[in-house]
Amino acid sequence: MSVVDSLYVYGRFLTVSVRAQMQYRASFLMQLGGRLIVTAGEFAAILILFDRFGSLLEWNVYQVAFIYGIVNVSFAVADALTTGFDLFGDMVKTGDFDRLLLRPRSTALQLAGQELTLRRISRLTPGIVALIWASTGLDLHWTIPNAALLVASVIGGASLFASLIVFQATLAFWTTETLEMMNTVTYGGVETTQYPINIYRPWFRNFFTFGIPLATVSYFPALAIMGIPDPLGTPIWFQYVAPAIGVGVLVISLQVWRIGVRHYLSTGS
Amino acid sequence: MPQIIVENLVKHFRVSQRDTGIFGALRGLAHRRYETVKALDGVTFEIGSGELLGYVGPNGAGKSTTVKVMSGILVPDSGRCEILGLVPWKDRSRHVRHLGVVFGQRTQLWWDLPVIESFDLLRDIYRVPRHEYVKNLDEFVAVMGIESCLDTPVRQLSLGQRMRCDLAGALLHSPKLLFLDEPTIGMDAVSKVAFRQFIKRFNRERETTVILTTHDMNDIEAICDRLMIINSGKLLYDGGLDALRQQMSFERSLVVEMTDAGSPKVHPAAQLAMMNGRRVHIRFDPKRISAAALISDFTAHNDVDDLFVEDPPIEEIIARFYEGNGVG
Repeated sequence: MSVVDSLYVYGRFLTVSVRAQMQYRASFLMQLGGRLIVTAGEFAAILILFDRFGSLLEWNVYQVAFIYGIVNVSFAVADALTTGFDLFGDMVKTGDFDRLLLRPRSTALQLAGQELTLRRISRLTPGIVALIWASTGLDLHWTIPNAALLVASVIGGASLFASLIVFQATLAFWTTETLEMMNTVTYGGVETTQYPINIYRPWFRNFFTFGIPLATVSYFPALAIMGIPDPLGTPIWFQYVAPAIGVGVLVISLQVWRIGVRHYLSTGS
Repeated sequence: MPQIIVENLVKHFRVSQRDTGIFGALRGLAHRRYETVKALDGVTFEIGSGELLGYVGPNGAGKSTTVKVMSGILVPDSGRCEILGLVPWKDRSRHVRHLGVVFGQRTQLWWDLPVIESFDLLRDIYRVPRHEYVKNLDEFVAVMGIESCLDTPVRQLSLGQRMRCDLAGALLHSPKLLFLDEPTIGMDAVSKVAFRQFIKRFNRERETTVILTTHDMNDIEAICDRLMIINSGKLLYDGGLDALRQQMSFERSLVVEMTDAGSPKVHPAAQLAMMNGRRVHIRFDPKRISAAALISDFTAHNDVDDLFVEDPPIEEIIARFYEGNGVG
C-alpha cells in the first residue's frame, strides 16, 4: 500500500514536472535539438573510428555499438530522473531543502520526483538506434532470457548511474564546494564503459568492475546476450547476475543519503 | 494537556569564520576556524490547542531556530520538544502531516504551474481524502477570493494573491498547527489587512494553533492573543500584549482639541508635550495620575472641544522593551 502510494505520488511529481517544462515549449524544443546533435555526433565519431580501423582488438563495430547502446540508454534514464539531486547542492544553500523536509514524504522520493528532464532523454535516441543497429548487424535472437537480461542491465545501469549522482549529492551535506571530481567519475564512466573493457589496462578495468562497477551493468551482460565468451574469462552465470549489482549500489547510496539527511538535521546547514 | 511542550531547548551552531582578502581565503582552505554560536539557550514554553501566538525578536535571536526544531527539521543539542505527543525530528513524516507552514519569502507552490495543479499535488502528497479536499478548497476559494487565481501559473500572481494561495495550500490537509514566517512581508496595506483576517478566521473556526513570527508588530497587535519575545536564545517575555503594556509602565498621551489657541493649564503630574494650533498633546504616566483624573482636571481648567487618550504604538513598546533588556 505504502509502496504503491509512493509510486503514485512519484508518478504525479513527474507528470507535474513534464507539464511545467511544456510551459516553455520553444526553449524545450531547441535544447532537445541541440542535445540530439551532440549525442549523435559522439556516435558518429565511433563509426568513423571503426570505418578507419575496421575493428577494436577482437571487437567488430556492431559489438561495440551494442555495449555503447546499453550504457547510453542506462545513463539517459538515470540522468533524466535525477535532476533533483543535481540541483540539490543549491537547494541546501538557498534553504529550499527545508521545504522538502516539511512534507510527509521521503526526501529521496521528492528529489527524484523533482524533475523529469525531458531534454536529457535525447540521449536515449542514439542509444536506442545503436542497440537496434547492432542487433540487426549481429543477427541477435531476442529470446525471453536475452530480452530480460537487456532490460535488467538497463535497470541495473540506470540504478548505478543514479547512485553515483546520489552519492555526489550526499556530499553536499558536508561541503558546499561543487565536486567536479564526481562528475569526472560519472561522465568518465560513461565514456569508458561504452567500449568493451578488456581493451583497457587491468587496473583501469578492475576499477570499473570492482570500484565503480559500471562494467557489471554493460560489458558483462552484453557478452551473455551476444553469446560471446568473455576474453577476461568470467562465467556465464556471473554475466547474468551482474546487473543486480547496480541495484544493490543504489540501495546502499540511499542508505548513505539518509545518513546525510540526519547530519543535516543536526547541523542545520 | 498542552499541544506543544518545549522544555529547556538548547542548540549551538558552528559557524565557519572566513578571513577577508585572498590570503584569508587561502588560509581558510588550509584550516578553517569555527566559532560556536548559542542559538537557543534553554527555551521553555507550552502552547495550548487553538492559541494564536506571536513570536518576535531581532534577527538572529533564535526565532527561526525554535520554529525549525518544532517543525522537525532541526535536532536540538538538548532539551525536550513534544508536539501532539510526537518528537518532531524523530517522527518527521508523521509530525509534518499535522503541520502547515507558510513562508513570506518563498512559495511552497510550484512556480510554473497553475495554482490548482499545485493544490492537486499537495492533496496527493498529504493523502487528503477527496471529500475533505473539495470541502476545504471550496471554503478557501469562497473566503479568500482566489477563484480567478486557480488557473494562473504561480509566477504570474501578485504577492497578495500568491500569499493567499500559499495559505490555502498550507491548510488543504487541515493541519492542527500552522507556522507563519513573516507572511505579510512586502504586502500592500489592503492585502495585509485581508491576510490577517484570514488567519484569525481560520484560527477561530478550525481551532488551528497558529505561531506567527514577524517583524511587523502590527501583525501581532492585529491578531495575536499571546506574545513571546526572544533574544540571544533566551525567552525574555511570554504573556499577553496588555500585560506587556502594563509591565513597560509606558507613558500615554492625552490629545486635546482646545476651543481657543493659547497655553493650557496642565496638572503638575503631567507635562505638555506638544502644541500645534488648537491641538495639544499631554504626556502622562498612568501610575502617577489616572487618565480619568487628568481629564477631569484638564476640562475643569480649560475650554475643550474634543479629546482622546492615545497608547503608544506596539512598535514603540517592543522597542522600549528591547532597550530595557539590552537587546540591540
